[in-house]
This record gives sequence, C-alpha cells and structure tokens, in this order.
Amino acid sequence: MTDARLLVRALVDPATTRALDAEGWTALIAMARAEQLMGSLAHRLDGLDHLPEKVAQLCTDARQSAEHARRQALWEAEMARRVLAPLGEPVVLLKGTAYVAAGLSAGIGRSIGDLDILVRRDALDAVERALIEQGGWEWVKEDAYDDAYYRDYMHELPPLIHKERDRMIDVHHTVLPLTAKPTPDAEAMIADSVELANGLRVLSPADMVCHSAAHLFADGDLAGGLRNLWDIDRLVRDFGPRDGFWQALGERAQRHQLQKPVARALRLAEALYGTPLEGDAAGRGRAGDALYIRRLLARDGWGREIRKLLRLAFYIRSHWLRMPPFMLAKHLWTKWRKG
Amino acid sequence: MKHEFRVTVGPVGFRIGSDWKRPLDQLSALYADYPAPDIPDFTVRLFAQRPWRRFIRPSVMIGGDYMLPDAAPLSLAHGLLAAEMGMNLQMALGQRRYLLLHASAVERDGRALLMTGHSGAGKSTLSALLGERGWRFMGDEFALIDLDSGALHAFPRLVSLKNEAIAVMEGEVQSDRLGPLMRDTPKGDIRHLRPPKEAVARMREPAKPALLLFPRFGHAVDIRKVGEAEIFVRLTQASTNYVALGEAGFDALSSLVRTIPTRAVDYPDTESAVASVERLWAELAE
Amino acid sequence: MNAPAYRADPPEARYLVALDGVALIFHRPSGLTHILAPPAPQILEALAEGEAEPAALLERLRRDYDFGDSDDLEAALEARLAELETSGLVWRA
Repeated sequence: MTDARLLVRALVDPATTRALDAEGWTALIAMARAEQLMGSLAHRLDGLDHLPEKVAQLCTDARQSAEHARRQALWEAEMARRVLAPLGEPVVLLKGTAYVAAGLSAGIGRSIGDLDILVRRDALDAVERALIEQGGWEWVKEDAYDDAYYRDYMHELPPLIHKERDRMIDVHHTVLPLTAKPTPDAEAMIADSVELANGLRVLSPADMVCHSAAHLFADGDLAGGLRNLWDIDRLVRDFGPRDGFWQALGERAQRHQLQKPVARALRLAEALYGTPLEGDAAGRGRAGDALYIRRLLARDGWGREIRKLLRLAFYIRSHWLRMPPFMLAKHLWTKWRKG
Repeated sequence: MKHEFRVTVGPVGFRIGSDWKRPLDQLSALYADYPAPDIPDFTVRLFAQRPWRRFIRPSVMIGGDYMLPDAAPLSLAHGLLAAEMGMNLQMALGQRRYLLLHASAVERDGRALLMTGHSGAGKSTLSALLGERGWRFMGDEFALIDLDSGALHAFPRLVSLKNEAIAVMEGEVQSDRLGPLMRDTPKGDIRHLRPPKEAVARMREPAKPALLLFPRFGHAVDIRKVGEAEIFVRLTQASTNYVALGEAGFDALSSLVRTIPTRAVDYPDTESAVASVERLWAELAE
Repeated sequence: MNAPAYRADPPEARYLVALDGVALIFHRPSGLTHILAPPAPQILEALAEGEAEPAALLERLRRDYDFGDSDDLEAALEARLAELETSGLVWRA
C-alpha cells in the first residue's frame, strides 16, 4: 500500500523523484498538500530539470503561496509589535512566524496559520488589553465555558481575531497546557530568548527544538506530524553545527521536563529525514518508534488518512496527555450537552 | 479510490475519486469531449462519511486537496453536483496561476465579454444563452485572468442551470446536452448543460477582455456607468484569490479596471438582456 | 510637545495607482490593498522626508498645498493619522 514514504523520500532526496511516473507525481502532490508540505517540497524540487511541466507549474504556485504566507505572517507579527512595544514586555514569536522572522530553513516554503506569541504570565492581562483596545483584535467568540477552559486549563488566551485583517493571534504564557505532565519552564524560555532586529524575540536554538518537539506530541493526535517533524529536521540542520548546541539541547530538555519528547522527536527525524544527530539527546531505546513512524506515514496517494485504528489510538493518547482523565470527561460532557 | 475520473477544463486538470460509480458515469458522459490530464492540478474526493454509509442512506462528503472544515454532505442522488462543487472548491481555494474572478465570459473576434455579479444576477444563464447565439462560451462561473498578459483564459465547465434557467435552456438546446434533473438540492433544482462543442475544442484559446458588465436580473432596463474605484472593489469581492496573489494580483486587477469599458445593466428578462449586451458590445467593446 | 511622531514606510514600499479621484495603494510589506482619499496619500508622501509630529507634518503639507485658514487643521490631520495607523500605513516612532 502506498504511504507517505513517497513524500518523505522526495523531501530528503529530491533527485529520487526522477523515477516517478505521472501516477507517482500525482500521488506525491496530493500527499504533500494534505500534509501541509507542498511549499517545502516545491522549494526542495526547485531547479531540478526533470520535472514535468505541470509539476513545475504547481511548484511555482506553491512557492508563491508560501511567499504570501511568509509576508502575511511577518506583517501580523509587526502589527502585534507596534501595539505591544509600549508595554516594554518581551514578546517571543513561536512556530512558523518565528522560523521566517529568524530566517531559518524551517521557514522556507512553510505554510503558516495563526500568529503564536509567548509572553510572561504576569503580562498576560496587559497584553490582552493592548491587543483588544489598541490593536483591533477581538474574541473569536464570546463563550464563557470555552473561555474558562482556555484560561484555566490550556496554555493560551482564547484565540483573538483581528477585526479587519481576519487573522488570528494565540497568546501563550507557557508552551504546553498547564494540565499536561511536563511543565516546561516558560519564564526560562523567555529569559533565554534571542532578540531580532525589530525588537521581537525568538526562542534560543535549544528551546526552539524543545518547543517544536513538545508541539509534535502534545498538540493533537500527531496530525500534521510529518510537517512538524520536518520543522525539527530543518532546525537541527541549522543549529547542529553551532558551538554548544547539543549540550544546550540536553540541558534545556531536562530543565523543561521534555527529555522524552525531544529524544523521540530526534529519533523519528533521524529515521525519516536522516537528520544528523550528535550527543545523547536522542536517548538509546527505540521502543515504540516503529508505531509512531507508521502513524506519521499514514497517508495515501489520494491524500487520504489511512490506518484509522492506529490514528484513533493516538488520538485517545493525545487527549490523555493533555488533560487528566476527570477533566477530559468533564470537557467532553460539556461539549456533548451543548451539541 | 474505488472509482476515478479525470478531466481538463480550460488550463486546469482535475482528478475525481469516488466511493460510488454513478456520479462519475454521469460526469464522464457530460465531459465526453474534454481531454484527461496526465498530472492533474487538483484532486477531488467524494466519499462516504462512514464505510456503511456507502450503502445505507448514502450521503456524499466532498473532500480534496483543499477543503472547507464544515462542508455538509449531499445525498447520493446529487452526486454529480457534489463533484462539481468539489472542483469549484479547488479552484476557489487553490488556484494561484491566474487571477480568478467569479464571472461568466463569452468571446467574439478574439475579444471577451465578462459578466459578474451576485448569484441570481443571471450571469450564468446569460453566458449560456449567448453561447448558443453566435458567441463562444468561455465559462459560466470562473474567469481566469493571466497575471502576465492580462488575457482571459476560458474555464468552460458544465453550465450549472438553476431553477427557472433550466426551462430557458431546455428551449434552446438539444436534450442530449443536458444532464439529469436534480430536484431539491441545497440550491434548488439543478440541471447541468454541456457547453457547445466549439467551446470545448477552443478552450485553450485565450481572449482579450473587451467589455465588463454587472448584470442584474428582474429590474426594468437600465444601463449605468460605474466608477473605477467601485469596479475595483466589486472585482476584489468577486475574486477568491486576489489577496493571495499579492502584487501580481493587484497589477492584473488594476490594469484590467483601468482599461476595460464597464457598465451595470438591469434587465427584466433574458431576451432584453441579450439585446442590451449586443448593443453595448457594438458601442463600447475595445 | 508630547505629541507622538509618526513614521511611514519609504515610497518604494507602496505601489500606487490613481483611479478617478482616489489612490489605490498596494502596500508591499503587508500585501494589503488600500483605497485612500486625499489627503491620506499626501500625508504618506510628506512622511517620506522622515518621521514627524503632527504639527511639523502640517508645515510640510502647507508647503505644497493650500489649506486656507481653518484652525482645526491639526485635529483633522491627527484623525487621518489615526486611520492610517489602524491600517498599518503609519506608526508611532
């Protein structure tokens, strides 16, 4: 059965696509789109002389889309910066916006959704007020329950959307739900963050990899996992050769209680993308990795999700990771009752 | 997927997969004259929500490369409509090669007439009717503007006739060009019309945009000028990818607005609309 | 003077097309399109010389345009600046 191994191979070694026939290309493109990796793939394939004309066209389109996403993301960050600058608080960009703002390889061709920022927990109220009162953002929905759910149990404010630009911002004060078992040290992440030329900040290299790994496993049922893992591969390739990176990664993973997710993410990245690893941050054991790999590759040539039972297993796991069981029941019950 | 059908409409190739055979049989009958792409631009999937729903109260979910999160399923009897909706959705959300305008278009002497307006304004019926009356039909739903040359590329998909338009066109064309009548779809009664053979044979020939009309059905005959800024705003609202195309989209759209003669046209019935169009074309088309 | 100084992107950040009486502006850093009526395009042009407080900006505008003798010009200018700030075309230095 075809799975996303096809996509992984094309990303790792674009020259292997020379062997593809029309069917193979069709499947590759459907998978890449479904995994939100079409822009990254299009950049990897750029300049190869064996691309069929249609593929070359679709790649040009995808690169254009990614450039649009990049510009939009940077603009949202800039608009948030203008509103928040008077507070004098550190504002740390996370995920896709951080990658493009810092000019990292992980940002090349990446699709970017909401703007995610990390601020000090004590600054949360002031940030929220500035965004709403001066910035033109508003609550996506006025809903007391969801509101309390976000504020009490999750790691972010309820999402805000900009009235005119129609773009969302997620304001985090820690990088995992408060109820999740690992409790990353968000204050330390902010303290160690790196300032960009415009005054906004991004996580330090080690923290960025830690956050990306936490995000891969804690956020959802590993859906979009190939893309998140591609982020990790690119980050490690950028940072790996830098002095002290591997040692810092080990220390930060421990400090944030993220050794396991970081180790697993590194092993999976190595297994799928051939990510070059050093030191012992990847741990030794590989128990269970094969199951994760099967899950990550569960996508067919029509762009459909396959291996449904396996996905379900991961879905249940992911909710247990996020919330203690009683809270899960309470959460679902409220959802059921409200339809 | 279990069943597959491929079709090229204008410059765009589609692959449609389905859990059921019938909608694809209907598609392939209506799209018989269209070529099939080797490598499609877009994939559409028609699938059952749960495996048993292929047989029990079958309802068609619409998916593909680009999806809306909460698209409601259609009954299997409306499977052909689901396929068309899936194809439209890919264009609306995924098209980046051309500036996409929600507009109908017909051509004469290498020059194109563009018509756009809210649904129900009659642009679709009008283009289909003109396509039977000496114009080349270029599309009833999407007009594709070339980002470099400003030329209009045809997208002559099946014409989706709604409600009263069905009777209008039944009186105009051979019945073998009409698809099955689908009653009580979410959009009312729908019947698809296969465009004229010439429209399909010449679908790769672009045309120069020469006249833009904003038609409005159900009003006394009236013809008004429209200011450039208003035209620009209305066209951005009629485009699903204007923003995503960035500067190239701005360039294409502002050039179009500055050069194309434009009028708003009210009409009480299709016959008087055809007369207004012919008159404006003779006076204004560049 | 406590009035904030305003800044705008340099002219090359904008692609301007004149359409009957208004300016159609493609703003490159954001990818957003704006339709601006006078004097908003003129304000952006005047800010090309560098950041300015409203009073100084008004002086720049007076060099090229005759506004007559109205005394609430500065208030009107500040209102336009606030709109431009919301749209992201100017910001406080």
